[in-house]
Parts: sequence; structure tokens; C-alpha cells
Amino acid sequence: MTFTVSLNHFIFVSAILFSLGIYAVLTRRNAIMVLMGIELILNSANINFVAFSRYAGMDVNGHLAAIFVIFLAACEAAVALAIVLNIYKQFNTVNVDEVSTMKD
Amino acid sequence: MLNLYDYIFYFFAIVILGSSFVVVFSRNIVHSAFALLFTFFGVAGFYVLLSADFLAITQLLVYVGGILVLLLFGVMLTNNIVNVEIKSGTMQTLPASLIAALIAGLLCGIFYVSNWYLVPTTPELLNNTTAVAIGYAFITTWILPFEVASVVLLVAMIGAVIIARREKAPEVE
Repeated sequence: MTFTVSLNHFIFVSAILFSLGIYAVLTRRNAIMVLMGIELILNSANINFVAFSRYAGMDVNGHLAAIFVIFLAACEAAVALAIVLNIYKQFNTVNVDEVSTMKD
Repeated sequence: MLNLYDYIFYFFAIVILGSSFVVVFSRNIVHSAFALLFTFFGVAGFYVLLSADFLAITQLLVYVGGILVLLLFGVMLTNNIVNVEIKSGTMQTLPASLIAALIAGLLCGIFYVSNWYLVPTTPELLNNTTAVAIGYAFITTWILPFEVASVVLLVAMIGAVIIARREKAPEVE
């Protein structure tokens, strides 16, 4: 393990970012914080795509996969926020553990 | 011997990890949303370091300009600012931190022992712009995913508008 930057350094950062995102998704009660955790996870996946593409001969296919991830993240954020707004209108809260009408 | 590239890498790594710690552990949801801005900027810096210029610009346009503003609107529309409810609670912190630490350790261990297949690149390849190659790949190899993605974007846009504009449903019994 040297301090000169190589592929491993990038994917270590992305691994830590991924587990931070998992922690946010698991612990936060606010639905918007859960969405922010999902954005962290998607960003860490993107770092991996681009890092592997750079260190495997600058192949551009990894960049395309990352662009599709960004597309889908934008769609997911728009639809999820619309659903969260509807939940807020209906239940007057966005805490994911209080919206349990279907469970009762 | 560390050169300028390494120093810039460590700067961006500290920006990403520090601001994402603030995102995850801050009690105030507005602070989390603003720390997310610095995480996205740091990731864009990583893309520049990895010589992915087009992707860095896309990251800034879509994440910082689009998704982050959307999240901030969500925060503003769903929290009564007059209430104290803007603090967002946490639950099950101990098992969740165990799971997160386990995942981080496992991933880092796998990355450390793996022998990746690496191809050395030439400086000319790294200094070229990637936009031309990405454009060719979009209309040749990736034409079907590209068209599907455009339909998905349209469906998501219409769906989000319809869902968000729905009138209040009758009260649940």
C-alpha cells in the first residue's frame, strides 16, 4: 500500500462512501434523508465505474454506464419526491416508521 | 514521492468523506442537504482526476443543478419550518452501524487482496476529450439503452407531475 494514487485509492473512497450511504438509509427516519443516502450509494457506484474504466485502458463504456446511472438517479429523485409530497399531504409526516397504515 | 496529482486526490477524498459524514450524522436536515453539495462537487473532482471530463460536467449539471435543488424543495415543502420537527431522528443506530462497518471492511478487504486486470494507458489517450467517443458509443453500441432511457425520463417526468398534483384522497378509515 503506497501513498501514490492508484486504482485502489479511488475504490477505497467509494467503499467508505457506499457504507455511509447504507448507514443513512438504515437509520434515518425522514424519507428525504433516506433519498440522500441513496444518492450517496449511487455516487459511490459511479466512482467505481469511472475508476475501473480509467485503469482498464481508458475504455469509454464505463463512462456510459455511469451516465445511465445518473439518468436513473434523476428519474428516481423526481418520482420519489412526488410520492413523499403525497405522503406528507395524506399523513402530515414524512417519517418512514409512522407511515404504517397498510401494516395495521 | 507524492506529486501534485496525489495531493489533489487526497484533497478531494477528504472533501468527499468529510462532507458525507456531515450528511449522514448531522441532526439538521438542511445541513445534510448542503453538505451533500460538497460531496457532489468532490465526486466531480474525482471524475476530472480520472480524466472523465464529460462525466464531470454532467455530474455538476444533473446532481448539483437538478437533484440537489429537488431535494431542497422536498425539505422545504415537507417540514413545517415553524415547528421544531426540522430535526430528524435516527433509529436502530447500533445494528445499522455494525452492518455498515461490516460492509466497509468487507469491501476494502476484497479490494485490497484482489488482483485487478489493469491496462496501462498512454498520456495522449488520457488528455483527449471523451465527449466524441461517448457520442459515437451512444449512437452505435448503446443505441437501445439510450432510447429506453429517453422513454424512461419522459415516463418519470409525466408520472412525477401526475402523482404530485393529485388532490387529497378521502381520509383513510
